Parts: sequence; structure tokens; C-alpha cells
Amino acid sequence: MKTIAPNRQFKRRVLFISASLLLPISFLMALAFGTITIAFSDTLTSLIGVVSNKDLLSRADLVIQEIRLPRALLSAIVGALLGICGATTQGLFRNPLADPSLIGVTAGASAGAALTIFFASSLSAITSANLLGLSGLGLVSLGAFTGGAIAVIIVYSLATNHQGTSVATMLLAGIAITAVAGSLTNILEFFGNEEMLRRISLWRMGGLDGASYSRVLLAAVIGAVILVILPRFSTALNALLLGESEARHLGLSVQSIKIKLVLLVAAGVGTSVALAGTIAFVGLIVPHMVRLIIGPDHRYLLSVSALAGACLLLLSDTVARTIVSPIELPVGVVTAILGAPFFISLLRRRHEFGIR
Amino acid sequence: MTTPLIKLENVTINAPTKRTRKSNVDDVSQHTVLVNKVSFEVASGEVLAIIGPNGAGKSTLLNTIAGDHEYTGLIEIDGLQASPKARARQLAVLPQLSLLNFPYRVSEVVGLSRIPHSTGQQRDAEIVQEALALMDISFLSERLYTELSGGEKQRVQLARVFAQIWRAQDAANATRVLLLDEPTAALDLGHQHQLMRAIRTLAQQGVSVIMVLHDINLAARYADKALALLCSERLAFGTINEVISEENIHSLFDVDVHIAEHPVHKSPVVIGL
Repeated sequence: MKTIAPNRQFKRRVLFISASLLLPISFLMALAFGTITIAFSDTLTSLIGVVSNKDLLSRADLVIQEIRLPRALLSAIVGALLGICGATTQGLFRNPLADPSLIGVTAGASAGAALTIFFASSLSAITSANLLGLSGLGLVSLGAFTGGAIAVIIVYSLATNHQGTSVATMLLAGIAITAVAGSLTNILEFFGNEEMLRRISLWRMGGLDGASYSRVLLAAVIGAVILVILPRFSTALNALLLGESEARHLGLSVQSIKIKLVLLVAAGVGTSVALAGTIAFVGLIVPHMVRLIIGPDHRYLLSVSALAGACLLLLSDTVARTIVSPIELPVGVVTAILGAPFFISLLRRRHEFGIR
Repeated sequence: MTTPLIKLENVTINAPTKRTRKSNVDDVSQHTVLVNKVSFEVASGEVLAIIGPNGAGKSTLLNTIAGDHEYTGLIEIDGLQASPKARARQLAVLPQLSLLNFPYRVSEVVGLSRIPHSTGQQRDAEIVQEALALMDISFLSERLYTELSGGEKQRVQLARVFAQIWRAQDAANATRVLLLDEPTAALDLGHQHQLMRAIRTLAQQGVSVIMVLHDINLAARYADKALALLCSERLAFGTINEVISEENIHSLFDVDVHIAEHPVHKSPVVIGL
């Protein structure tokens, strides 16, 4: 009897290793390329210098330490979060088209963050300077998390019955929530003073150009928690793909697992929205491509999606910074240009996923 | 007669109540009873077929035994564990409709059945292969589930459910129960009989089976007992010969039939007139 089983196992290993190798390469590229190009050897020397806290003298050292390193770190963490949260959302909805930005989670998080900015700025107790500091960022992230959680709960309860999730309802609910959240943000901008307006709209455009070490620290803390906890739900997600009652008959407490997953995804997406704005499609493309190669087993899918998401966002941001240099494109533009055609091709082949 | 393993007494299941604004109590109470005061018993190693017309409450009753719905009355399964995981090692359920649309390999789908177990990868892989062999689908092992035909998918799901309760030693008190909702629905004639033989093999090892069947002749040939449900109520329960009578079939399905004897197995055979 012929078996192809080693094949998938082999592909998993190869993909895991190549993603692990690609990550430091993309990271180095993000550090080396930009308005001024720094040779790889100098980049490495600078990086070692930064890490070992040596005196930094050259211009390249400064560029890397002050600008590119925090940005690359933030890209990697946000990319990993978007990748793993996308994979989790798709498993939770039992649907390969479920992406946080398509189903309103990102818009909900944006509205939550805008609300926080508005009211935090209104309260004179919190000065505007604080909003840029770690505690202020934490507050905005909390707002984004709450907004994202509310959005995902609404979409899930609207679109899911015992038979699973209807794609049409899910996407329509996403449109509705995106519209509501968008108009809420608009109202806030309308009534906000100039300072708030500037802050909200700048922040709304997103992008990774606001990267700072305080943002990296916040992203790293929340990212580490999510990247450690989510893979513990791999087996549960595998069983959930069969259906909710099937998962229950396999001895899982489905309801509590669902709530935990929704909260984790909202925290991950909320953090990424709060720190880097709206970056569409990473959560859609990455898990899908990974699944095409190694299959839907979440024990491998989640970690490889995180790795691949980090690589994709690092490379996209490098492209965004260099393609029309010295002007920087928002990274969301690059991922959207990559992602939209991909999404359309998925829609055209939706019968392959048995999508109603 | 041994003591019953599964025992239902006056089980009544109501439809999940929705908060209706115009509440007409009398009217509602008539419409929401899905199963009304049903009692029956199944011994260890016995196969029970539930028959009846569409909408009689067969699937609801099965899912309630599986623990999916609220009910009043008594459902007792001897030796069944309280913890969900231990329970999953004793009781496996085949739903009427499977909605899996992710490209798992067939062996991976069947492997999901071992989630509640901690018997180790090696042993799990062996059990998966044995279950695949029992369902005659070893050759599909590495195919993508999403590419299979409806009948092949059904056989994969059956192998998954069998693998969940494969060994008596994995189940506490060796209590093993299979609940199958229309297991033969998508299968061709040959595989219908092959499945029924597989079910008999498991029953011989002490697994109690409750299955919803539409094919009365298949039920008559392979089940030990039958339960006939009509309009949410029990019409008849007993051995095959007691339940499958011309009168009962007429009440259930409103068709005139003649009941003959199977030339080889002596079981009743329903012939439409």
C-alpha cells in the first residue's frame, strides 16, 4: 500500500525550517534597505553593536538603532499576531474566508481605539503626551481589544448556527459592523478638537512608521502571551473543524473554548490595530497559503502561520519603504495590493471549500 | 436477559423555548414537544434500530441520549462517566450531516477520534488503520477528505466514530455506546451490508448500538430490537418480529405492505403492495 503520509510530514518540516530561516533573512533585509541602503555586513555589525550596547558612532548605526530596529521588531510581532489570529479565526468560524479585517473585527478595534483616544484626550487628567507613552498605548490597546471583541461576538452570533457559519451572513455582518464602527469613528472625528482629529486620523492610516521601543515592548508582552497560549488550542481547533456538536462529543467543552479563542483573537487583533493601524489581508493570505502546503492541522498551522506572517509583514514593509523612496507607502497599501487579488481568486474557487 | 445498559423512562423533549411576544400557552405546548414520554432499554452488545417517518423525533431522541438537548424523564447509561473526556471514550456519535470542509487527509479525520484518548501516537495510528480497514477504505487513507464522494465521506465519518470507542480497555467500565444517525443514508447496497456487518462485529464485542434507520429491511435483518416512533410518541418497542408488523408499518408510513420471511435469515421482509 502506497502512503503519502510521510509527504505531508516532510512538507511540514521543510516549511517550518524554511520559514524559520526566512524570518532572520527578512529581518536583516528590513534593517538593511530603506532610503539609504546599508550593506548586510555593516547591518550585522550595527545590530551586534546595538545588542551589546556598544558606543554607536556611524550614521548607519543610528539609523538602525533608532529607526529601523524598532520598526522591524514591531513588523515581525504584528505580522506574527495577524498570521496566528487569522488562522485561529478561520478555524473558529470553520471557514477559510474568515479574516479579522473582512468580518469587522479590525473596524471594531479601530472604533474602540478611536473612542479611547477621544475620551482620554477629553479628560484633562490624562495629558496628550501620555497617550504616546506606554500607559497611553496600553489604554488605546485596551479600547481596541474591547471593540474587536464586541465585533467578533456580534459576527459570530449572527452568522453561526448549529450547522456552522454561513459565509454570506458572516461577510454581510462584517460589512454592517465595519459601517457602524466607521461612522462611529467619523462622528468622533467630527466632534473632536483639532488635536484629537489629527491624532485619530494619523492613527487610522496606520502603518508601522510610528514604531518606537515602547510600542515594541507592549507588542512583545501581549504578543508573547498570545503566541504561547493560542497553540494550546490546536487540538480543540482541529476538532472544531468537524462541527461544534462533534467537538463536544469528542469531550471538549466547546462553549468555554470558543469564548477563550474569541478573547485571544480580539486581544491579538486589537493590539496590532492599536500599534500599527489597519493592516488588511495578512490574516487571510498567510494561513491559507500555509494550509495549502501542510494541510489544516492546527498543531502545525498556527506556529507556521505566525512565522510566515512575520516574514510577510517584514518584507511588505521593506517594499513599502523602498519602492517609491524617499516617500514611504503605508504597509497596509502593500498588503492590500497583494491580498485583494488573492481574496478574489479564493472567492472564485470557493466551491473547493464546500462553501455555501 | 441481562440488565439493561441504556435505560430511558418517560423521556420528554421540548423544543428550545424561544421568547415569543404573543404567547399563547396552550398552542405553544402542543407544538413544542419533540419527543413525548418515550421509554426503552438496550442491553450491552445489543443493536437497536429506531424507525419512523420524517419528523417523528428520531434524531432528536438520539441527540438527547448523546447529551445535546434538555429533557425530562430518565436517561441512564450504566457506568457512563461524568467528565466529558472520559465520557467521550465511552460514547461516540455519528451525526446525520457532516460539514467538514477543510482539506484534511482521510487518516487525519479518523485520527481526530483519538483526541479524548492518551494512548500514544503509535497506537492511535494503528487503531486508525484498523478502523479504516473495517470500513473498507484503507485505500483512501491519504486522500483529501474534501475530494471524496458523499458515500466515501460517510464511510470516513463512520470509521472516525468507530475508532473513538475502538478498544474496550480505553473505556471506563468497558461501557461502549454508538449512536448513529442514518449511517446508511449515502451508502450503496454493498456498503450498507458491509457497514451492518461491521456494526454486528462491534456489538459482539459488547458495544451497544442505537441507530436511526430508514431501511426497514436492513433494520429487520441486522438489529436485535426496534423502536417505532410516530408523531413524537412511541408506537412500538420490542424484538424485530414484534415491531415490524403489517399494522405498525401501515400506521407509521401510511403504506400497505406484505411481510414475508427472509428465505435465508428468517427475518421479516417488508414488501410494498
